[in-house]
Parts: sequence; C-alpha cells; structure tokens
Amino acid sequence: MADPRGFLRIQRSGPTRRPINERIYDWQEVYNPFPVDDLHNQAARCMDCGIPFCHEGCPLGNLIPEWNDLVWRSKMPEASDRLHATNNFPEFTGRLCPAPCEGSCVLGINDDPVLIKQVEYEIAEWTGENGLAPQLVAPSTGCSIAVVGSGPAGLAVAQQLTRAGHSVVVFERAERIGGLMRFGVPEFKMEKSVIDRRLRQMETEGTVFQTSTTVELSESSGAVAEGATVVFLTTLERDFDAIVLAIGSTRPRDLSVPGRDLDGVHFAMEYLRGSNLVCEGLLDEPPISAHGRHVVIIGGGDTGADCLGTAHRQGAASVQQLEILPEPPNSRTDANPWPTWPLILRTSAAHEEGGERLYSVSTREFIDGGEQRVAGLSIEEIASGPNGFESVPGTEKTIPADLVLLALGFLGPERDGIVGAAGCELNERDHLKVDREYMTSRQGIFACGDAARGQSLIVWAIAEGRSCAAAVDRFLMGSTDLPSPLAPYTYAIS
Amino acid sequence: MSTNTSQSDLYDARFEHDACGVAFVADMHNGASHSIVDFGLTALENLAHRGAFGADPRTGDGAGILIQMPHEFFSATVPFSLPPVGSYVSGMCFLSTDERQRAEAMALITEILATEGCIVLGWREMPVMIGVAGASAQEVAPSFMQLFFRADPHGRFAGASGIVLERLAYVARKRIEHEVTDVYFASLSARTFVYKGMLSTAQLRAFFCDLSDERMKSAIALVHSRFSTNTFPAWPLAHPYRIIAHNGEINTVAGNRNWMRAREALLNSDLIPGEIERLFPIVTPGASDSATFDEVLELLHLGGRSLPHAMLMMIPEAWENHTEMDARRKAFYRFHGCVMEPWDGPAAVAFTDGTQIGAVLDRNGLRPARYWVTEDGLVVLASEVGVLPIDPERIVKKGRLQPGRMFLVDTAEGRIIDDSEIKSELAAEYPYQEWLDAHLLSLDELPAKYPLVPRHGSIVHQQRLFGYTNEDLRVIVAPMAKNSAEPVGSMGSDTPIAVLSDRPRLVFDYFSQLFAQVTNPPLDAIREELVTSLSATLGPERNTLAPEALSCRQITMHFPIIDNDDLAKLLYINEHGETPGFKSFAIDGLYEVAGGGKALEASLERICGEVVQAVEGGVNIVVLSDRHSTHELAPIPSLLITSAVHHHLVRSKLRCMTGLVIETGEAREVHHMALLVGYGAVAVNPYLAIDSLREMATNGDLGSLTPDQATHNYIKAAGKGILKTMSKMGISTIASYTGAQVFEAIGLDSALVDHYFTGTPSRLGGADLEVLAVEVAKRHHLAYLVREAELDHREIEIGGDYQWRREGEYHLFNPKTVFKLQHATRSGRYEIFKQYTRLVDDQSERLATLRGLLRFVTDAAGRGSIPLSEVEPVEEIVKRFATGAMSYGSISAEAHETLAIAMNRLGGKSNTGEGGEDPERFVPDANGDSRRSAVKQVASGRFGVTSDFLVNSDDIQIKMAQGAKPGEGGQLPGQKVYPWIAKTRHSTPGVGLISPPPHHDIYSIEDLAQLIHDLKNANKYARIHVKLVAEVGVGTVAAGVAKAHADVVLISGEDGGTGAAPLTSLKHAGAPWELGLAETQQTLIRNGLRDRIVVQVDGQLKTGRDVVIAALLGAEEFGFATAPLVVSGCVMMRVCHLDTCPVGIATQNPELRKRFSGQPEFVENFFNFIAEEVREYLALLGFRSVEEAVGHVECLDTDRAINHWKLGGLNLAPILAKVEPDIGTTALHCTRGQDHGLELALDNTLIELARPALDRSQPVEIDLEVRNVHRTVGTMLGAEVTRRFGAEGLADGTISIHLNGSGGQSFGAFLPKGIEITLIGDTNDYLGKGLSGGRIIVRPPVEARFAAEENIIAGNVIAYGATGGELFISGQVGERFCVRNSGATAVVEGIGDHGCEYMTGGRVVILGQTGRNFAAGMSGGIAFVYDPGIRLEKRLNKEMVALEALEDDDREFLVEIISRHRDLTGSALAARILEFGGEEIEKFAKVVPVDYRRVLEATRHALENGQDVNEAIMAASNG
Repeated sequence: MADPRGFLRIQRSGPTRRPINERIYDWQEVYNPFPVDDLHNQAARCMDCGIPFCHEGCPLGNLIPEWNDLVWRSKMPEASDRLHATNNFPEFTGRLCPAPCEGSCVLGINDDPVLIKQVEYEIAEWTGENGLAPQLVAPSTGCSIAVVGSGPAGLAVAQQLTRAGHSVVVFERAERIGGLMRFGVPEFKMEKSVIDRRLRQMETEGTVFQTSTTVELSESSGAVAEGATVVFLTTLERDFDAIVLAIGSTRPRDLSVPGRDLDGVHFAMEYLRGSNLVCEGLLDEPPISAHGRHVVIIGGGDTGADCLGTAHRQGAASVQQLEILPEPPNSRTDANPWPTWPLILRTSAAHEEGGERLYSVSTREFIDGGEQRVAGLSIEEIASGPNGFESVPGTEKTIPADLVLLALGFLGPERDGIVGAAGCELNERDHLKVDREYMTSRQGIFACGDAARGQSLIVWAIAEGRSCAAAVDRFLMGSTDLPSPLAPYTYAIS
Repeated sequence: MSTNTSQSDLYDARFEHDACGVAFVADMHNGASHSIVDFGLTALENLAHRGAFGADPRTGDGAGILIQMPHEFFSATVPFSLPPVGSYVSGMCFLSTDERQRAEAMALITEILATEGCIVLGWREMPVMIGVAGASAQEVAPSFMQLFFRADPHGRFAGASGIVLERLAYVARKRIEHEVTDVYFASLSARTFVYKGMLSTAQLRAFFCDLSDERMKSAIALVHSRFSTNTFPAWPLAHPYRIIAHNGEINTVAGNRNWMRAREALLNSDLIPGEIERLFPIVTPGASDSATFDEVLELLHLGGRSLPHAMLMMIPEAWENHTEMDARRKAFYRFHGCVMEPWDGPAAVAFTDGTQIGAVLDRNGLRPARYWVTEDGLVVLASEVGVLPIDPERIVKKGRLQPGRMFLVDTAEGRIIDDSEIKSELAAEYPYQEWLDAHLLSLDELPAKYPLVPRHGSIVHQQRLFGYTNEDLRVIVAPMAKNSAEPVGSMGSDTPIAVLSDRPRLVFDYFSQLFAQVTNPPLDAIREELVTSLSATLGPERNTLAPEALSCRQITMHFPIIDNDDLAKLLYINEHGETPGFKSFAIDGLYEVAGGGKALEASLERICGEVVQAVEGGVNIVVLSDRHSTHELAPIPSLLITSAVHHHLVRSKLRCMTGLVIETGEAREVHHMALLVGYGAVAVNPYLAIDSLREMATNGDLGSLTPDQATHNYIKAAGKGILKTMSKMGISTIASYTGAQVFEAIGLDSALVDHYFTGTPSRLGGADLEVLAVEVAKRHHLAYLVREAELDHREIEIGGDYQWRREGEYHLFNPKTVFKLQHATRSGRYEIFKQYTRLVDDQSERLATLRGLLRFVTDAAGRGSIPLSEVEPVEEIVKRFATGAMSYGSISAEAHETLAIAMNRLGGKSNTGEGGEDPERFVPDANGDSRRSAVKQVASGRFGVTSDFLVNSDDIQIKMAQGAKPGEGGQLPGQKVYPWIAKTRHSTPGVGLISPPPHHDIYSIEDLAQLIHDLKNANKYARIHVKLVAEVGVGTVAAGVAKAHADVVLISGEDGGTGAAPLTSLKHAGAPWELGLAETQQTLIRNGLRDRIVVQVDGQLKTGRDVVIAALLGAEEFGFATAPLVVSGCVMMRVCHLDTCPVGIATQNPELRKRFSGQPEFVENFFNFIAEEVREYLALLGFRSVEEAVGHVECLDTDRAINHWKLGGLNLAPILAKVEPDIGTTALHCTRGQDHGLELALDNTLIELARPALDRSQPVEIDLEVRNVHRTVGTMLGAEVTRRFGAEGLADGTISIHLNGSGGQSFGAFLPKGIEITLIGDTNDYLGKGLSGGRIIVRPPVEARFAAEENIIAGNVIAYGATGGELFISGQVGERFCVRNSGATAVVEGIGDHGCEYMTGGRVVILGQTGRNFAAGMSGGIAFVYDPGIRLEKRLNKEMVALEALEDDDREFLVEIISRHRDLTGSALAARILEFGGEEIEKFAKVVPVDYRRVLEATRHALENGQDVNEAIMAASNG
C-alpha cells in the first residue's frame, strides 16, 4: 500500500489554475501542470482501505487504492494498466468526472478526501504522452456490431467489442465523433485533441467510425440534416449481428413560462454546440454569442457552469446563474451522510472567473424588450413549504438579460427516431427499456448509457458501455470474459 | 475408518479428550506389601480433584491401579493351582453380560490360546461391588472375568516364562482382540495386573473387593484418575493401560497412527513368535490416543527394546537445539529420528514392566510430576505433592520430573537410575554416530543440478492457471519476501467459506486448521523455539524393530520448503550413480480438463497406480509435479494429489519406503504449505510463488532485494509460518506434523474426503470431484483464453479476499451494509435498519454464511405465530447481549468506554478484553453512566488481572482462544504501549507486551477446572465464563468445560475480529459458529449437562435473524463486536495493526482519537433495533421469549432450494439434528447453576478466623494444617479483603497465616496486600498466581533432613501474572517461574526451564540455577541470578535481554532482600551468601530487557533534563 501514515502527514492540495485574466482570453484548459512530487504526496494520502468506498463510489469500479499506490511508487506503466483495466477513457473522466469517488473517500469522513481525480488525470496524461498504444485485438469472430451514438457509452462499447474480435461500426449523426464530449463540453474543460488521440487508437485497433450518419427507424422518420447520410434500423438489423443504441438523453427540459418563445432564450446545448463548432474549426462565428450581452443562465448544474465559462470567454457583459434550490452548505448535513454524494457548495473554475449565482429563485416570466427579443427576467424567491417549493410573497424583481440559456437537464432520448412505439420500447421514465442483459425490447438491439439510465455522469456512461459490451459478447458468443462492472439501472448509494 | 458418512449429528467420538492425575508408589527394594497397594489407592483418592464427574455425580470418568502380579493372593483365591509367578499369565477381561455371548467368547479365547500354544488354567469371576459404581456406569458395566493361562507344557513354547511368555500373551491378546467381539483385557501379562473401571477414585478400592485383601501385595502401584471431556460410558477408557498411565494428550496421533499402519509392511522380528501379520493392525482403530501409544510402546518393547529405550524413541527430548547435550546422545536421537517420528504433545507418561517403574515428561515439560523418596526406599511420584501423608523427617529427596527427562526406579537393582545414566547407556549401545556418518545425507551436500528460468509471459500464464490474484502477490507473496514473515491483518473475516463462494476456490480453502484449546496447549514457537524443529528426513524407512545402520540412509531436509535448485537436486539425484541408495521418480499431476470430475478421478487412480509401481520398483523419492499443463491438460489440485498418493501408499503399506516431494505452482500461502506437509509431503517446491517473486525483485518491486534474497526470505517466512501453524496445535517438530492431518474439511463431499483425505472430519459434505474440476477448469480457461484480448490491461485477477473489491470475493460488510448500518443507528431510524438487515440477510441467502441457507419453519410442532405484543419486550432481550472482548489498548478509550456506557444503560454486558481496566471506571460517573465493563477477561497475558479487577466483575471470561487467530498469542509493540495503556496493564510505557499462545496454567482440562475454581474463589459472585472457538470437537471440549464447572461457555466463530493476526489464521483456522454451536448444544444435551451451563455465541452476528437462528441452535446469550464498532464509526479499514485508524477506534494516537465519532446512543439504537427484530421473528415462530426458543432446531430447515453449482453435496441436516440425552436432563437451556464446592474450601475457616481484620482492620494470626486437597488457599479471603478495602488492601501483614503441610494448587492466588501466608512444607503448581500485593513464604519444616536448596518445594508456573506482592521460597521450584510477572518481587533457590518468560515487571532473585531458555520474551523487570558457575549465559534466551553489571543500588537491594529471605524462611543458602558478603553478591548476574533498559534510560534522562517523561518514553520506543 501507499504510505500508511501519509494522510497524517500531508494535506490535500491540488493543481493551481492559470490566472483568470489569462485563461478567459483563450480556450485552453485552465489547470497548470501538477509537479510530480506533489502528485506522489497526494497519492500517498490514500489509506488503502479495507473497504475502499471510492471504488464503490466510482461506477467503473476504478481500482483507486491500487493505482494510488503505484503512482506513489512512480510505477506509471503499471498504474496506467491498472487504470485502463476498468476505464477505457481515463483522459475523459480525469477531466470531466465530478469524482463521486472523492465524495465517498473514507478520508473524507473527517478530513479532505484524497485527490483521486487528479491522480487519475495524471496517469491518463502520462499514458497519452507516452503513446497510447493500440491494444491487442482478438482474432476475428466473424460477428459485426453497429453502435449508434459516439458519446462515452458508445465509444466504450465499441472499444470493448472491437478488442473482443468483433467488427464494430460506430454511427454518429454529428460531424465528428464524441457526442456531448465533443459538442457539449467546452474546450476549456477538455481540449478536443484528447478525444482525437483516443480515436486514433481505436481506429488502429479496428473500430470503424461513420459520422454524419443518422439512423432512422424507417423512411417516414423526421428530417435529416443537410449533408447527412441516413441508414435504416432495419438495414442495420440485416447487416449486423447486434446493434447497440448509445444515443444519449438529449431531450432538454423546457421552462414553460410566459415569454419562452422570445428571441434570445436558448437551450444551453444549442449554445454550447455553436461555441464548440467554432473551436473545432467547423464555423467561424458562433451562431449564438454572449459577446457584450447580459447573460442569464437558468440552472445551477454543470451545464450551467459550462455556459458560464463559455460566456465569459465570448466576452459577456455580465452573467448571472439562477438556481431554484437554496445555496448548498459548505459541508455535509446530517441528511446527507458520507458516503453519499456530498450536496455542498462547489466553485468550479468557471465560477471563479466571474458571474453571480442566485439561489432559491424561480423565473416567473421572460420580459420582452421589444422586437420579440428578451430583455430581462422576472424572478422571485422561493422557499420550501408544506406543499413543496412556494413563492415568497413580495420578492418579485426583474433582472436584465439579453441572452438566456436554459440548463435544466434532460428528459430522455429523442423519440422521433428509432425510439418509441414502433422501435424499442420505453420504460415508465421515458427512457429505453432494457433487460438484465442490456437488451431492448427488440431482439439483438441493446442500449446503454443515458438513453437507458437517464442523464448521468460520464463514468456511468463508460461503465454501462463496458457492461453492455460484455452482454453483447455473451449474446453473440455464448460466454464472455469481458469485464462487466454494472447491472443495468444501477444507481449510487443513497 | 470412516466417520464421515451416515452421520446424523455433529458429535464425533474421535474428538474426546481426557486428562488426569497420575501417581505411582514403589518400594525400590522390591519389597512387595499390601501397604504399597494401599498407598497407591490413597494417593489416587487424594487426586480426586484432578478427575471429574458427569451428569451423574456418582459416576466417575475412570480410575485404575496397576500392580505386580499378586501371586500370593491369586494362588490363595483360585480353585486351581498356579505355577510359579512368571510362568503364567493373568488378566482381567471385560466381557458381555449376556451369558451366552460370554460363554461363546470364553470358548473362543480358549481355542485361540490353544492354537498359540497356551492352555487355559481357569477363569475366575472377579468379585465386584457393583452398587459402588455410579448408576450410568452400572448400566453399561461388563462382566468381569479373570483369565489364567500358561504355555502348553507339551506345546512348542513349553516352559515359557518371563518376557518370552509375555510375548506369547501379547500375540494371543492381539488375536483375541481381532477375532473375538466384545472383549477387552485391562491387562494380560505374566508380570503385572490392572484393576480399572469407569469409577471415581474413591470407588475403585471398594468396587474391586480384591484390593482390600491384605494378601494383595505388590512392590509397585501405578494409579490414574481420569478427567474426560464427556461422560459417555466407557469402562475400557480408564487408565492404566497395559504398561502406561498417561497424563496429557498426543497431538499428532492421527499421523502417528497412519505412519504405524504404513510401517507394518516393514516390521519383522525374531523375538515375536510366529507370523507377525497376526498382530496387525498394531493400532486398534478408534482407540484413544493413550491406548494407541500403549500399543506401539508395547510393540517396540516386546520387539526387543528396553522400556526406557522404546519410550525415548516415542518421546525424545528436545535435542535438536540443545547446546549442552552430549554428542553421542544427539546421535542416538538423530538416528531414531530416521526410524520414528516423535509422538508429540503434553505428556507425563508413567510406565512399568513390573520390575522397572518410571516416568517421562514431554519435551516441553507441560505436565507436572513430583516425587518424594524416603530413607527406607519408598518412592512416590505424582502429579502433585502431598498425595500421601509421609512424615517429613523420613524424606530424603524431593524432586520433580524435568522436560524430556526420565525418572526410573529399578526394583531389581534396588535403586533410582539417573536420567543421564539411562541415556548414556542407551546411546552407547550401538555406534549410532558412525552409522549416521556413513549413511545419512543432508540436502545441502547433494550435488547441484540446474533448473529452468521462466519468462514473464509464462509466469502470467501460470499465475492465471493457478488462480493467482494481484492481491495474492501484493498482500501475501511480496510481504513474505520482504519481511521474512507472514503478513498480518486485522478485523474479522466476512467472506463466504469456500463451498458457499461463487468463485472458483483452491482445494486448500476447503480445509481449516485445527488448534489446541483447553485439552492441550498451543506452543510459542518464537519464545520457545528450542523445543521446535523444522528438520525432517526424506527417504525409505526400514524395519522399525531392528536397529541397523541402513535405517538412516535418508536425506535430512532442514526446511520443508525448497527452492528450484534444491528440487533439481532431488529430481536428478543419483543420475550418474553419485548418491547410491536413492532413486527418484517424477510424475505429472495433470488430467484432461474437458473430462471434468470423471477424468480427474481417472487420472488420480492412474497416478496412484504408477507411483505404487515405481515404489515397488525401488523408487524412494516421488516428485508430484503440476508444471506441465497444456491446453487439454489441467493441473490436479496439489493437495488432492498429495493426499491421494499419500493415502494410497499408506493403504498399500508402501508409504514408509518413499518420500513425497511436491512441485507445485498452486501453493503460495503458509496455509497451503502447511496442508501439503500435513497430508504427507516432506518437501514442497512452490515454484510459481518463487518465480513470481523473483520477477518482482528483478523489477524492483521488492525494494532493494535481489531475487535470491527474496527467495530466501520467502522460504524462511513459509517455514516459520508452518512452524506457527504446527504450534497452534501444540506440535513442535515437523517430523511429527508430517501427515498428522490436523485439519478439518468444511464443505467437501464426504466420500471424497474418506477416499482421498482418509480420517479427516468433514461433517457437512459438499463439493465433490466434479465441482473441484469445474473450479480448476475456470482457472484453466483463463490461462488458455481463446480471445486473450478480452482481458486487455488485466494480466491476473485483482483479488478481494483481504480487502473488499467489487470484482472480488463477497464480503458481508461492504460499502452498502456499512453505510446503512451507520446511517440507521446514527439517525435512530428503524426503517433504515431494516434496509440494512435486508441487505445482510439477503446477502447471506446469496450464500455468504451457513445460516443463510437455513429457513424458519413457522408452524413447527403446531406452534403458530403469535401477536408481537405477546413477546417479551426489547428491554428483556437486550440483557442477553454482550459486546466482544476488545482490549483497551487495541481500541481507544473513547471507543471502549462508549461501548461500556451503552451496555450498562441497556443492562447488557461489555467486556474489558485482555488489557485490564482502569479502576477509575469501577466508579459510576456523575451523570449516572458507568464505564465499568461487566465482563472481565482473563487471557494468557493476564494484563491487569488483580484481585481488585476480578472483584469488580459480573462475569469473568477465560479466553481460551480467539476466533481470528485461535491457538496464537498476541503482541502489543512498544510504540503502542502509551502511558495510559501501560497503567491499566501494570506494565512499563514504551515496552512491548506479549500474550503467550497458551495460558501457562492451562495445559489440560483439569488445569482449566483449577483456574475456574481459582477465579470463582477470587469472586464468588461472578459467573465464570470460558471462551472457545468453533472447530471440530469443540462440543466435547464444551462438555469438559461444563464438567470443569464453568458457568458460561462461549462459542466463537472462526470469523471473529482482531486487532492483529496473521492472515493465514484470519482466513484458515477454526469453523463457522453454526457448526460449533450446534455441536456444543448436541454434545451437552447428550451428556445431560445442558442444564448447568449457559451457552453464548459470537462471530459476525449482524441482524435479528442471526440472533434467532443462534438461539434455535442452542445459544441463550449473544456477543457482537464488529457491528457495534461499525456503529461507532468503524469502516473496516483493516489497519488496526498499524495504529492508523482514521476514525479513532483502533488507535491510541491522540490525533486520530480526536476523530472518533461514536456515541453510546448509537450503540443503544443498534441493540434495541436488533432486539426489536428478534421480537418480530419470535412472534412469527410463536415464542414469547428468547428463552423459550433456545434449542428449538425444529424451527429451522434447509429446504431452501438454492441452485448453486457447488452446493449439490452439502448437507446441513447434522446441524439441525435433534439429539436425546444419554443420561440426565432434557433441558435445552441452562436451568440451574454449577456446584462450585466453595463450601469445602479452607478459606471459609480462614475468613471466620480473620473476622477482626475484615471487620475492624485488626491484626490477626492464624495457625492451621493444610493438605494438597485444599486448593486455592487464601484467595476467597483475599477477595473479602479487596471487596472491603479496595485495591489498596490492608496494612502489610494485618492477616498473618501459618500453615503446615502440603499446599494444594494455586496456593495464595490473587492474594492482596495485607495478607501474609507462611507455608511450612511444600506446595504444588501455580503458587502465587496473580499475586496482587500479598506476601507468601514457603519453607521446609525445621526438622527436614534434606538441604532445602537442593530439593523441590513448589511446582510449576509460580507467580504467573503476578502484579504485586512478595514471594520467598526456600527451595527449588519447577518450570516457568514468574511467567508474565509484572510487579511482584520473588526470591527462590533454583528454578526450571523458561524462567521469567514474558515478564514485564517486578524483581526476581534466584539464589541457584536456572533451567534453559531463561528470560525468553522478557520485556520488563529485572532478574538477579546467583551464578557462581557462570552457567546462566548458556541458558539465557538473549532475544530480548542482556546481562549487565551490578550497580550500587542493585547490591543494596540484593543484600536487603536476601537478608529478609533468610529471616523469613530460615534459608541456609541465604545465610551462606550473606556470610561471605560482597564477594558472593558480585556473583549475581543481572538480567535486564533491552527495551526496558532503553525506557529506563529515557526516563532518567527526561527527569534530569526536566522533560516530559511520557513523551520521552514514547519517543524512545518509536526508536
């Protein structure tokens, strides 16, 4: 194990961020390099627990104590192997995961948890820098699989099944591979070259990617983007031995208050995609820009924070972020015991860069500034009462806004495609229904990731992708040796 | 012999134990008289307290007497004429009471004798007073017929007499035993005669009318009083046997029997008439260990060796590490080591052939034997002194038998033959050294050969093949290589046993190590290393009965684990004729994996056949290898093939012609190696473990170790580990451990076990060859993956046995259950608690535990469910709950006191654990809470066990074993002995503490009875409580415990927690409590003992369901340890042993203790919730209280249809068997108390006489006589003093007592300050046990004619665990003087072996010699030894102490203390020393522990410099 007394000697301390007024003028990632001695020290804080709750807290079952120890002992190749043993894409999770592992770290009971995510990030970067070598691929099984969707779940399925010796084709309706990681996550959180690096490995291993291709149930389905190819599910069923739907949960939650249809009120993802298209070099100017605008973001989650950071980089005049829930406490309450996910105030890099967060507020109306364009919001304070949230009388006020971004979460997979009555059945929560083997109501069609479990974290997506791959392999071959970290519909301890 | 099949319950007669008192009386001038017989019987009667009674208080466990053939009496009694003594044979025969059967048997006997050349002279119906025996003994009494015969004067043995006739009788008796049913000869000899039976000591004399006849004369009388762990009627089990009476136990008997059986093929003797095959089997199947010993000794003796010679072959002294032993004697032992393995275990064996009578003691001196010799040649040897009233003026010598020594009286020569004379003579009989030089080889000297070097890919491949996990390498193999020691872990095991695991497990995992508890002691292989040996010989044996040079043509293996180079030496031995006499043969242990169990079976059969052929063809080294597997051929599990071949060779009687060497990739843990050796391997080459660690070393994963160093360390660790495993069972030499199979199988198919592991208990059936083959196939599959890439980035599996991992083995405590339990009890929400119990109980249904397979039957016996309101309230139920024994020291004050407060609020019981308790806690807190632990634990270290501690208890718990590491001691390293811990343990801060593996006052069941008696005397209001750990046979031990008058017996599961234990022990020793509890309940009921003892259970109890199942299986009280700790914040870090507990529980670090978050309320919530859930189940089952439910096994069934690939053969019915009592009560729970017999104690008189002192602190003087039957003198009086005056006691000498005579055992135990006892005479074992401030003076009478300092005045284990006070002993004493003394000052004039062992404080002054191994494990206090001959240096164990020069303080101290000794005891020796003054004082050696010295220095330095003393000490101890 790592140093048994490390946690007594060393305080938690993470990497510094670049100066704000440097970083908001570019799109590069915000963290400074982390000195290797600090890394070893932080890894040494791991207590090598009898029950590593982090390893349960991580949906992937990352072998955190193992690689903390290896990093502490400077065994980076071994650490990389141990990390990749449970996680196909630690470079993604090392940047994007909110680290439920740290929330359940045993040291977190009465001290600051181990800096797990940073250690993961460093291992992943070491791996990237030292050549992300293609892995051994099993001899061809003669089976072929279509994976629909190229987010983290789809990519994980694809990589696992390719390595198991199957021919895998990934169909992606967007121009480039990566799903929300590519077009939702801002560049400053993850530079997209990181995805490209991984894709190169996958291609070398034999995974085939087909972008700008929409999969439709049949010809009668909805409109197709210009320049996009359409393939039909029935064709895939004919040509492939199995199909995996990893199409995400992309239907955004709307806010039906007066003025919703005014110009300048957009879903967050619409906004972020535009910004990312520019970063990708696919557009010159963002279709929606915050430049010089008073921006209000509705929704206090991570997507909201992504909008916040993007808006600052676009040169917003001001940014306010509204959250319906009260301001979280700085530490856990009794109702939120360890090792459940800590509902505490978090200040991301984006928050640090500016803007204002308003809590316990609800939007009554979008105010038309004329010309059908939003000019402000009427908001009021709310408090929890006997019947749930209730407005606090006399707290109404108006705030100026000429760009409003709705970051209120997602409701499920889009239903105008292959999902729904005619295709694969939905469950009572409006997500794809799968059995214990990740198979949808349609024989040979599997589903994983947000499309089935609902909007979630990237780690859950990868974990489900890995598990689904094992199920598909078993379906095709009768047995499998692929790891399977999760049963469908597994949720965190609560 | 199969005992596994068709068994309906868990009782197994093989696990009966007995112990006893033994004595002999002899006239060394061979003057036969009736008074010798009378003396023998009197001595026996005075040993009554060493025997026991069963449920029927009038039925004793057995008593008997062996005398010289009473020719005069028989001649006068029988109606036919007898030839001269020596030319006829007689013996008492137990025959059927059925007249016809008896007549048939007698006719058959006559016939057999005739064919053997003998004629019957007549039969005599032996007159007995049947009414004297107890009722249950009468019920099964045989008819008692005495047979007389002689050699047929016209036959081929005409005129035979003496030993020739003896051999005739022997052959005839063996034939009769084999051919006639229902017959038993107590003896059948021309020389001696035995009267014995299922009688108490007092009944023997009256029962056999002959014995009272004045014409009944003998010059020797050997008597024995038996204490059996149970009371099943058995007349033949009484001692003496034909030539021995035995006090002790043969731990290795299973192996010894197998070896004897294998040896039969080699036996040949010109002395024994006729075909020797008629004697076979030499060893009667199913006989007791003593009977087996007697049979083999008889064979060796009648086969041509003198009785002492035969005795030394079977019980050699510890010669291997003896620095002072004569070389010729060593050669004698080394040679005989090639002929026979030692019969190992605690033993005082008295033996006689009618002319010589003697006794030997085992190598470690674990039984007492004292002797007196009078001026007129009367010799009395007995387990105790004082068994005969002999005028002190007549006594010329008082001695004791020493470890490995022999005491022999030769009535023909009319003298006592000295041990060294016997041995020198025997050693000179043959040129043993020459024989050894010519023939015996050592592995080291064999020519080197060269093995292969593996590549990484092949290592990974092999690792997968043998199921290696990353954890195996990280947690087991690497630490062994790094530290040369087994890795240590903490907390309990909460993973499923192998048969309940969903994962493929190794065959090793289906076996659990047995361990010594109560009936024999485990041993301390570290501190008492000198009695151990890891050296064995490999190669063929020859005729056991013929001493010949070639018998030692063998190879000495110094270590049971060998590396690849050594294996190569054996594999290619004599390749070119360079090592004549040896021939090796290697065979691949592989089978066709696709063929499953059938193919496995076929391969085993083929291999066994090929090995037999090879051995018949002259092979004498067989190597079983699993190196060469292929896609199609998988390795046969190494344990399976080892035991299969071993037993096949035993059955074929070829076993002794070859040695078995195992080349295996499978073995990596100590447990694995121990099993392979335990099932017959003489050497194991764990090549894959070695290859793996060599690779790790090459990669720098083992620090700076080179591959060679790593290999060396690993092998050393494995060897030490095996030694430790052996020592748990009390076995000290690997030669006798080899094939001793001291394991039980749990979850293995009975037929499989009977066939391949013959003689191993397997009580529940389980996995068969088919299942084992599936497990192999799963591993094989991984090694030969079709799509390798599926396991990208994963060379081998991650593991998860020791630390929880999602991909690994199931753990009952996992993130979900820990969270739910903490959340429920902290928020006080029962609904969340139910979520927790659902998780745990569901888990157990998913096969984590045996209880998980049981189901409640709700309408059993027509008992319907009842409303919840009718069930007794929660407040009643929680009184049955206790928290586990966790010492203050292992856990923090915060954690310890939280539990105590909670349990006191609830009316349950918390437990001190073994670390004592701060007396402050005896007084309630201001808010009414009490931090006093109701249960006070008395463990082997006796830390803080004072009179005050005991008086302040409700229960006193004797910890015989601990679930996590049964058979082992413990250690608290110096840096954990913080000042506040040292205070409650009566030790020195910063100085490490050792708990010995055994209680040094419990080497057998009668010793336990004595300790129970002592503790009851120390607090008559407390329940005395004995903690056992489940293993096969625990039921019989529990019955013994009940007979030893314990009030409570606790059965702990194997899975219990610990602060630190070797991982091997955590995982592989002991059995689940379900088995142990059910066996206990069944055995207690069968014996009619259930009503007198409370049964408690513990071991990972977690839910109400667990409690109710335990109740139905027979428990009425329930212990919890891990769960309340989890409630208090424990998150199963399993780092207790590192003192880094991050939640402030298992730590003394003040910084970490601040993090403790537990509160008594949480613990209360937990127990209330458990009780509430218990109520729900009781209502469901229709019981109104827990008491009603106890023992109602009919409310459980096993019909749960769990479809699992391993469970086909598992049969839980024996656990649920409903048994009926053979005798006595039908109660299912405790309904009455024990009769402790305190009213008979001398102390009642003492207390009466001491009234003025007790009531008014007035000085009193008391004068009385004392006898050996007065045990524990002064203790009850002491308790009264403590009860009234607290730990401070009375002013020095307030109560002054003078006693004359022989004091019984435990004289002056726990004597507090204010009492002074002067004993004039002598006394027995355990003098001054736990001395708590009182003063004891022992001196010979003024009229004594012997020199006090040359004679033995008191026994073994004196001042064990003393915490204060003074002892002045004028004379020598036995072994283990002042073991674990922590504060007393003692003066004595000579001691035996192991003096001052584990001592942590106090002063010991020895005015004479010490035995060997002085100061082993001594970490504190100072010993002064008067050493004019400068012998001490050689006898000192220097591991922890150093010799120092005297300082002025020391000189003053010595003069002062020796003067007091002279004044108090009248010691002539003391006077002599003082007379010469300074010069003699300079001859004292001063022994000071190194750590203690460092702490003393630190203290002095701190005081001089005005620093904080405590801080300085802790800094010094952190080194």
